[in-house]
Amino acid sequence: MSIATDIVIGPPDRPGAVLWLKKNLFSSWLNTLLTILSTAVIAFVVVGLGRWILFNADWSPVVQNLRLFAVGPYPVEQMWRIWAIVYMVSFLMGVSGGRWRGSVQTFALAMALAYTVLAILPISLEYLPLASRLRLLGNVLAAGLGYLLGRRVAIKGRWLALAWALSFALTLLLLGGLRNAAVAPYLPFVESGRWGGLLLTFLLALVGIVASFPIGVLLALGRQSSLPVVKGMCIIFIETVRGVPLVTILFMTSILLPLFLPPEVRIDRVLRAMLGMTLFAAAYMAENVRGGLQSIPSGQVEAAKAMGLNGWQTMLLIVLPQALRVVIPAIVGQFIALFMDTTLAIIVGLLELLAIGRAIINSNPQWLLLDMEVYGFIALIFWVFTFSMAYASRRIETAVGLGKR
Amino acid sequence: MPDTTNVSSDEIIICRDVHKWFDDFHVLRGISVTVRKGEVVVIFGPSGSGKSTFIRTINRLENHQKGDIIVDGIELTDDVRNIEAIRSEVGMVFQQFNLFPHLKVIDNVTLAPIWVRKWPKAKAEAIAMELLERVGIPEQAQKYPGQLSGGQQQRVAIARSLAMQPKIMLFDEPTSALDPEMIKEVLDVMKKLAGSGMTMLVVTHEMAFAREVADRMIFFDQGVIVEQGPPEQIFTAPQEDRTKLFLSQIL
Ligand SMILES: Nc1ncnc2c1ncn2[C@@H]1O[C@H](COP(=O)(O)OP(=O)(O)O)[C@@H](O)[C@H]1O
Ligand SMILES: [Mg+2]
Repeated sequence: MSIATDIVIGPPDRPGAVLWLKKNLFSSWLNTLLTILSTAVIAFVVVGLGRWILFNADWSPVVQNLRLFAVGPYPVEQMWRIWAIVYMVSFLMGVSGGRWRGSVQTFALAMALAYTVLAILPISLEYLPLASRLRLLGNVLAAGLGYLLGRRVAIKGRWLALAWALSFALTLLLLGGLRNAAVAPYLPFVESGRWGGLLLTFLLALVGIVASFPIGVLLALGRQSSLPVVKGMCIIFIETVRGVPLVTILFMTSILLPLFLPPEVRIDRVLRAMLGMTLFAAAYMAENVRGGLQSIPSGQVEAAKAMGLNGWQTMLLIVLPQALRVVIPAIVGQFIALFMDTTLAIIVGLLELLAIGRAIINSNPQWLLLDMEVYGFIALIFWVFTFSMAYASRRIETAVGLGKR
Repeated sequence: MPDTTNVSSDEIIICRDVHKWFDDFHVLRGISVTVRKGEVVVIFGPSGSGKSTFIRTINRLENHQKGDIIVDGIELTDDVRNIEAIRSEVGMVFQQFNLFPHLKVIDNVTLAPIWVRKWPKAKAEAIAMELLERVGIPEQAQKYPGQLSGGQQQRVAIARSLAMQPKIMLFDEPTSALDPEMIKEVLDVMKKLAGSGMTMLVVTHEMAFAREVADRMIFFDQGVIVEQGPPEQIFTAPQEDRTKLFLSQIL
């Protein structure tokens, strides 16, 4: 092994680690004191929390209701549709991870890991049946196959994005089914009142995010318009919505809207909540985007015009791409807030994750005192997803930072 | 509408008694200039005298309120189609480069040919590479503007303007924002361009460049043309006291 002789052996790890500790944690008596104090506090919290989680807490309301947390009152005999959606998403995540690598790959990996942990969770087969566990592992397999495909085959990013968009449409179709008598036996209609749990939370957030983004951008552009009518309407909309709490908007779209509409026009309850959340998010999005638009130096517009680009081209090719880059952190922050705001849908009677938790606590007298466990579990789920979004945001920021001045 | 048909085809820019106000500030006070095809005109004068404003009226980044401006036979009015037609014939290079920081160098250069001229991407890229070769930085094509030095950025900006195959090039103090050691590389590109017969209006205080390249020099002060003439005359025998004073301050 001649190669081995070339390797320069560095100093052993330990002196480096000790040096690091000394420099960063014990550099002065004040720092030493702070280090000791914070270690004590962390230890106290971790030990206390760990003991509670492992020994004192009673997880039965969580463990026995996993399906309710996941999908709410969705009909049991139609659960295959949910699984179909999950398979689809797993596969696409795998392909995306293989195609785009980087943080997408990290997410795909984290997802596969979560499925695996869930599949081997040491709880009774009565609550997490063998079939479900196998399906979870099947999803790991689907993601793995997708990953290989993404690595091996050169798929255009554009096609993959299109596949995601299609999968979203397909998800809605699978969830809701069709009223049409011809297909009803295969894909019977499931009214949206029966969509619930994490599924509904996801749907509310996803629709809110996807729809509020273009509307918000249009509102921001409209606010800068030279046409007084367009500008005025945008300002009135934005400022009105921003001046009102989300709860009020949800009430308006859920309860007042149907009163104004003719009786033959019936908008679905979930759709009304989505509408409210989207309008609310769009107004804030517009203000974020406006901040970005104003941060672009006028020289950019002049250069574009001097080359003969027209107003639309200048906006779409030069100003907007730069403006959106500037406001990515603000936009992601807003998406995170929107995700958590989905819990407000409880007040218009939707059974999203938090509402399901409440219903579970109230469903069994023995669980009435176990609200800590239930809410703790829900908080954990929210944390996992908001943390992921914040992580993604940081990665996107560094990725687009390349083009900065 | 003034009759523009009897204008000599050699005259590519005609300004007649051009006035402009910023609110009640009278910034251009009766400018009349004619520029012939292939002429290189250097405009100089004290800061705030209206040099930038004047050359920006020629591609209508600024509008004028009185007088006529006729560029390549098209009169500049509020008609949007005229303005876009003129802008695709007139290239402009700015003091601050104004490259698009979110686009690679090559995409900065191909943007307008693809979207305004509707050239296929391959053709636009081939021509862009030729131009980057001409300004001496083909190896930077795949970088972002932020990764380039000031001199390199300004050369990309020149290539970007040339990509539209303009008939006229406007330069507004193209070397004023550059470190001294980078000024030469930009001036060299501009000299080559002048040698190739391009019609150029250059606002600059690089007097050595003016002496070598300009066909004519125009001295601006307080919104009027004080004096104009060939470089030898301006440098050796200026007619006006204000010109003499200004030259004595900058030379
Ligand atoms: N957009 C504007 N609004 C108001 N005043 C302006 C504007 N642009 C330029 N000016 C004024 O017009 C005068 C001429 O400016 P400019 O053409 O930039 O001069 P120069 O390029 O010769 O230094 C200056 O006094 C400047 O302050
Ligand atoms: Mg100027």
